[in-house]
Amino acid sequence: MKKRFYAASLAAVLTASALLAGCGSSPSGKSTTGASDAGEVYVYNWGEYIDEDVIDMFEEETGIHVVYDMFETNEEMYPIIEAGARNYDAVCPSDYMIQKMMENDLLAELNFDNIPNYKEIDPEYIERSKEFDPENKYSVPYTWGTVGILYNTSMVAPEDVPTKWMDLWDEKFKGEILMQDSVRDAFMVAQKALGYSMNTTDETELAAARDLLIRQKPLVQAYVVDQVRDKMIGGEAAIGVIYSGEMLYIQEEVENLGLDYSLEYVIPEEGTNVWIDSWVIPKNAQNKENAEKWINFLCRPDIAKLNFEYITYATPNKGAFDLLDEELQNNKAVFPDIESLQNCEVFRYLGDEADQMYNEMWKEVKSR
Amino acid sequence: MNRKMLAGPYIIWVAGFTVIPLLLIVYYGLTTASGTFTLSNVLAIAKPEHAKALGLALLLSLISTIVCLLLAFPLAMILRSRGVGRGSFVVFLFILPMWMNFLLRTLAWQTLLEKNGVINGILGFLHLPKIAIINTPAAIVLGMVYNFLPFMVLPLYNVLCKIDDNTINAARDLGADFFQTLIRVWIPLSVPGIISGITMVFVPALTTFVISNLLGGSKILLIGNVIEQEFTRSSNWNLGSGLSLVLMVFILISMMLVEKYDKNGEGTAF
Amino acid sequence: MKTTKEKILHIVENGYLGVILVFLYAPILTMMALSFNSSKSRAQWGGFTLDWYAQMFDSASITSALYNTLYIALMSALIATVIGTAAAIGMNSMKRTPRAVLTSLGNIPMLNAEIVTGISLMLGFIAFGITLGRTTILLGHITFNLPYVVLSVMPKLKQTNKSTYEAAMDLGASPVYAFFKVVFPDILPGVLSGFLLAFTMSLDDFIITHFTKGSGVNTLSTLIYSEVRRGIKPSMYALSTIIFVTVLALLIVANFAPGKKKGEAAA
Repeated sequence: MKKRFYAASLAAVLTASALLAGCGSSPSGKSTTGASDAGEVYVYNWGEYIDEDVIDMFEEETGIHVVYDMFETNEEMYPIIEAGARNYDAVCPSDYMIQKMMENDLLAELNFDNIPNYKEIDPEYIERSKEFDPENKYSVPYTWGTVGILYNTSMVAPEDVPTKWMDLWDEKFKGEILMQDSVRDAFMVAQKALGYSMNTTDETELAAARDLLIRQKPLVQAYVVDQVRDKMIGGEAAIGVIYSGEMLYIQEEVENLGLDYSLEYVIPEEGTNVWIDSWVIPKNAQNKENAEKWINFLCRPDIAKLNFEYITYATPNKGAFDLLDEELQNNKAVFPDIESLQNCEVFRYLGDEADQMYNEMWKEVKSR
Repeated sequence: MNRKMLAGPYIIWVAGFTVIPLLLIVYYGLTTASGTFTLSNVLAIAKPEHAKALGLALLLSLISTIVCLLLAFPLAMILRSRGVGRGSFVVFLFILPMWMNFLLRTLAWQTLLEKNGVINGILGFLHLPKIAIINTPAAIVLGMVYNFLPFMVLPLYNVLCKIDDNTINAARDLGADFFQTLIRVWIPLSVPGIISGITMVFVPALTTFVISNLLGGSKILLIGNVIEQEFTRSSNWNLGSGLSLVLMVFILISMMLVEKYDKNGEGTAF
Repeated sequence: MKTTKEKILHIVENGYLGVILVFLYAPILTMMALSFNSSKSRAQWGGFTLDWYAQMFDSASITSALYNTLYIALMSALIATVIGTAAAIGMNSMKRTPRAVLTSLGNIPMLNAEIVTGISLMLGFIAFGITLGRTTILLGHITFNLPYVVLSVMPKLKQTNKSTYEAAMDLGASPVYAFFKVVFPDILPGVLSGFLLAFTMSLDDFIITHFTKGSGVNTLSTLIYSEVRRGIKPSMYALSTIIFVTVLALLIVANFAPGKKKGEAAA
């Protein structure tokens, strides 16, 4: 009898999978037909960092098949590009990681003749990119933003509203703090709080930042990356360190859900990290021209606008910015005045030795 | 003679995809980035941050294993007393949750356990005190027990089903009460299942990095997290391999236990 | 006639079973509930919606991950079943020592930490210059599926009566014919349960896939992991709910189909 049961369930499983596989194979089938003439482009981007319609539009317009993949942190992306076990044509790392890839000779120079839409990028951000790409030869800015403190108006009394990083060490917020779970972001908070540069390689300064982070650990509810957003919306924590790009989504969601509190964003007075995520092409890319077409496509104002509306991270694309509603253009949480950002820095790559020092110290914080 | 040849593909597979890759870990673990021999990657386990991660992983996985055993033993006994002929369905009841993705199931515990989560919502509605175990070691233990409980239940159920009713009745007839039967008959006869269950819970619990990440709020670093980060974030493969070698010592011990107590594969889970 | 004591015991037992089942299925129910949540945020209930079910197959990343997951689960289970069954038969006629050695080595992927297996496979692929892709995931999955198949088939093989096989041979059957006529039907349940087990293990795997996957290839597990940080798309809950309910329904139908009860004793 057992036999029949197995046979029946097996048949069931097989039918189910055949059915589901049938549904699943259709989209990939569609795209392979397009791939035959114009080739492919392997894109490696952050999770949820593009409107998927944009990929379809690109495929339709160019006939290039997009193989799209995602990473969670710069640190995770790097060894994959370095090892070369997987080949990507267009990657979207952050500032300091671009510098690291450049210095380790992993990037190809872009041919800007193939990226005419580069002219749409606001010169302000091209200038800022020089921090990590001094001659602007390797990168095309995709998004930018700041890192700040998000707080819940109903859980933080008006007199306790955070204004500086040091407020994240306030005993009042014990168990109510969400910190960033990535080395450089976490250290940035402590370094800025101590008045150091966030690009320091000085061991005593770093050790001081580490000790400060260790002191903060009992107050921290969790170290998270993008989950800050959902947890803050859900009222799980009172304050959290967050990327400015999440603000638009948060404001909309708070409104949609009709919550009885609101979430406000502060840029701490000690200054913060101004970050830029840019598209680059790895040296071992197999389809460099297609990658350039891809980057060019993303720089087209209407596409950049579409993308901005989906991912809500500030766009450095002047053309797209001009297409936005005035209300959005003036939303200071999304587009802060870049001139007003005093003491702000862009992350730089600090060399392998310093990298290792950061990693070691972060591990010491985490294991405490 | 030619029947043995049938194992040929398997032998090649085991050599190519199990033995050689493991030798590579040994190679990476015992060399520096430039390829010279060193023991420093293995000895790095003594560093306080690694030692603590290992100690904590051992402690939490041990607790989870004990909890699993305590939950699963009575469960397997109940299932045995009910399950004549229905065996396969019961087994599927425990395998079934696997059809919902492991990450989603673990993530669901976040939704359940959070400060404003489902459980606290229910407790609040009943005017009961709220629980605050999310992002603590307790949440990690819960996640481990949840994910690995089936691996304890199934082997126990399998060995218990093999115990002859007459043995139990004989013990009863000879005047043994429930606890005497439990200690003198049930437990000794289910040792292969217990051992197999223990290793099947202990090893994955000891080495997990996903559960501690999702339910521990990344505040709690287990040895699995350290190794994973060495490979995927710090790109220090040598250190990661060295620490894996240390981890494998514990795995070898559990394999030897199975070898010793479960010679005939009686206690296998499935 | 049941005594009161037995009745009480029965109630306690049922209560215990109930608690365990709630424990096992509570997260699954939670996921199902979230698939109807109109808010994208996991932590807030925004009202009932069926949108996520409608949008389920709109996302190319979800459909291709689903396809990959099923392809890998099916292929790895099939290949592992063939190699594993053959191996079990071969090993069954081996001498004690080589058999024990092969069993121990073969069981490594099952007993070893998944993270170590995953990493070792990744190192192996890179060392031999094999580009990581869908095939490497498949190879990895076959590797950890094999011991489960061998373990499922082996006990059935030990139960088979050698003399029937020999008798078939004596009556003039070729070894292959005799095998498929006499031995195979006996071990079939083991083969099938090995296959199902392998399929399920492969479907649920995250860690091995995490380390052996190539560019642009995602299974549902790795896709979910990459979404964990930005928040899971609720269509993922919808899809998982559908898969789960389908399997559950099929199992219930298969198990309680009419006419089944009679044969029960024979099992």
